[in-house]
Amino acid sequence: MTSEEIYTKLQPIIAAYLPEDVSAENIKKDADLTQELNINSAHLVDVVLDVEDAFDIELSNNDLESLRTVNDAIAIIANKVEN
Amino acid sequence: MKPTEIIAKLPYSHPFLFVDSIDTVNDEGLVGRYTFRTDEYFYKGHFKDHPVTPGVILTECMAQLGLVCFGIYLLSESSGEDLQLALSSTEIDFLKPVYPGDTVIVISEKIYFRFNKLKCKVKMTNADDEILCTGIISGMLIPKRS
Repeated sequence: MTSEEIYTKLQPIIAAYLPEDVSAENIKKDADLTQELNINSAHLVDVVLDVEDAFDIELSNNDLESLRTVNDAIAIIANKVEN
Repeated sequence: MKPTEIIAKLPYSHPFLFVDSIDTVNDEGLVGRYTFRTDEYFYKGHFKDHPVTPGVILTECMAQLGLVCFGIYLLSESSGEDLQLALSSTEIDFLKPVYPGDTVIVISEKIYFRFNKLKCKVKMTNADDEILCTGIISGMLIPKRS
């Protein structure tokens, strides 16, 4: 799976948890999920659980700690899907 | 962890503690209870001359028992530290009123507890097993590292 394919599949998952005043166009690859997209910590967990279902992978506590930006998410997913 | 130890760890006090006792607790859920005192502060204003327990207080009672007490238990095996708490979402249906002096029983069942987020199905009943309110509550329970 290419990182572009992951990015395409990831965007609607993130979009579902954006607050009303943040548009889906803001889901750029370098966007910070909590600081820029205003996703709270509880919804960040929801994003991770939805990612696990959509990509059929399992994330660890360490993965969550290293998750800041959309790019981080793509890298974590790419790594798990490959293995 | 014993019920009395869980209650001792709660970060609430009068007039905002809505936990009297815990009947049972295990990895899947918790059952606990609270009796609303006739002189709770909010009865003076909710409503004028007609005291009924506010929905926000019923939600708080379900959160303190179903999420916080349960979360303290779930985390007790992994860490002994204090907790940082944040309620993150509630969706509750209120079915019957709760009056001053009523005893309520809160039944909480774990939906999931992952990455410090606890999501539970909660139900509040009276002593006659009538459902008073029911819904879903979730929150973040993060062990405080010193």
